[in-house]
Amino acid sequence: MTNRLSVTKTHKLLIGGAFVRSESGRSIETTDASGMPAHLCQASRKDLRNAVEAARGAFGGWSGRTAYNRAQILYRLAEMMEGRADELRAATIEKAPATRAPAKRTAKKSSKKKTSKKTIARRTPAPKVHEFDEVELAIDRLVAFAGWADKYEQVIGGKNPVAGPFYNFTSPEPTGVTMVVAPDTPPLLGLVSLIAPALCCGCTVVALASEASPIPACLLGELCETSDVPAGVLNILTGFRAELVHHISVHRDIDAVLAANLDEESGAMLRSGAGENLKRVTVKKLTPRQWRDPDECETPALIERVVEMKTIWHPMAT
Amino acid sequence: MTFSTVDRVMADQRAAAFATRSIKTEAKVAGLRMALSMVDLTTLEGADSPEKVRALCRKAITPDPFDESVPSAAAVCVYPTLVGVAREALRGTSINVASVATGFPSGQYPLEVRLDDVRRAIEAGANEIDMVISRGALLSGDEDRIRHEVASTKDVCVSTGEGAHLKVILETGELSTYDNVRMASEIAIDAGLTEYDFIKTSTGKVAPAATMGVTLVMLETVRDHFLKTGVRIGVKPAGGIRKAKQALHYLVMVKETLGDDWLTPELFRFGASGLSNDLLRQLRWKREGVYSAGWDQTVS
Repeated sequence: MTNRLSVTKTHKLLIGGAFVRSESGRSIETTDASGMPAHLCQASRKDLRNAVEAARGAFGGWSGRTAYNRAQILYRLAEMMEGRADELRAATIEKAPATRAPAKRTAKKSSKKKTSKKTIARRTPAPKVHEFDEVELAIDRLVAFAGWADKYEQVIGGKNPVAGPFYNFTSPEPTGVTMVVAPDTPPLLGLVSLIAPALCCGCTVVALASEASPIPACLLGELCETSDVPAGVLNILTGFRAELVHHISVHRDIDAVLAANLDEESGAMLRSGAGENLKRVTVKKLTPRQWRDPDECETPALIERVVEMKTIWHPMAT
Repeated sequence: MTFSTVDRVMADQRAAAFATRSIKTEAKVAGLRMALSMVDLTTLEGADSPEKVRALCRKAITPDPFDESVPSAAAVCVYPTLVGVAREALRGTSINVASVATGFPSGQYPLEVRLDDVRRAIEAGANEIDMVISRGALLSGDEDRIRHEVASTKDVCVSTGEGAHLKVILETGELSTYDNVRMASEIAIDAGLTEYDFIKTSTGKVAPAATMGVTLVMLETVRDHFLKTGVRIGVKPAGGIRKAKQALHYLVMVKETLGDDWLTPELFRFGASGLSNDLLRQLRWKREGVYSAGWDQTVS
């Protein structure tokens, strides 16, 4: 037994492949997996701007890769998540409230000590504990979308019947920079379910992590950096939705928004952003059961929300 | 002839200090607008076409179609063959037509050819000439040759047509040391530059192009010349200045080195192509609280 103090990690923002502090210098108080007080970056409007710039810069390269290669890279990310599943699991449940019954159920899976009052995230209401292993589900979801990368186009594109001597076909193309606003809960599964459709089709992503449990998102960012995801393709911010949704909404270089389980006001504000630059805005409301449901969350219908359809009329000799 | 020497470490230190000033709100807007009015909108590619130059001229006249109070650019800077196109497109405005000449960017041509280049550019309508010096001559100690080519080019600028202001490009990225930058600046200025002529850092074809450090050395040379003679020479950093924030740092450096007198397009310019878009983006943010998309702006 030593009196050693453990070295706790400082989680930073992931912007353009670099782990940076918020340019504002602000931080959010929280607690880490061991129950120690910890600080997270509180992303500002300018961090958002920088992340969008990074995502825009990475778009050409990412969308220009073959679908097969994007699939490989997403699958690689899933591999890395599998390897650090325990750490991710601890991070997703540590924010659980101290209500006994559910805490026990989840604690069983991680074989960690019970969660306690101490570990409740400060400043934000504690989310419900999930009675399912969201890490496994998140990994599987990523693998599912890795699979969709070179298949969705055949499903949501197609050949159109036209009355004339033309061959007419429609193919989807990634829309550009997608902003993901992750739900408070489930923090990891919710985030992965929203970023995966955008990444697999070639969009680059700026993700705002769950406000209640941001640490799983930070860990996912670290995994990105060891899994061939090019810099700027996935950028991760931690901070307050109330501060950032307005700026997301009016930013003209964000082409699409995927969000879930927001309050009415934030959802309406994001939707109003469509009036600014015709960005595609999707705000979903899903129950824990629906987050787990592959029919709900592993369909190319989600990819359809972040692509543009290109229709080509091809003159055909008859 | 002896030249002043420069303490590189202290010059860099001093230059870096200008980037620490905090410029916000109204001062920032004023600075952004001032920077925009000092831009020489530049296109110097082999692929430049008349229409690209016309587009650039339209942008120089009305940088922001949504806000006509945004000031025009100072000049449009092109290759000699496109001077006529630019002159035509800018007719009726006060925007200058600048032409690179004297065998830009290398300057490795016989002096007669280079001077003829200048003459033709002025006759085609340029009223500002951006000349390059023979860096190879300078580095091999042949200062007289530099002195001679600057003086000859100045003569042509004065004697041709309606005349043209001269900007002398030192190409600091090839001069190795700040001492050489200082020496080249002194030679160029003493070779016959007059009020409102410029010394300019770079062609934009060599990396590194403009840096805060070399620009400071040049500003200080201009200051020393002014204190000695009362003649005001302009300075134009060119190449590598892409962000509005960088432009503000440069303006701070000009103000704190040469004073308010130099904060005018007649004595300070930015040679840039991408900078104006970032300035416009920042101005729009200040005006509307909205960040522009790439497709909101022109390609150059």
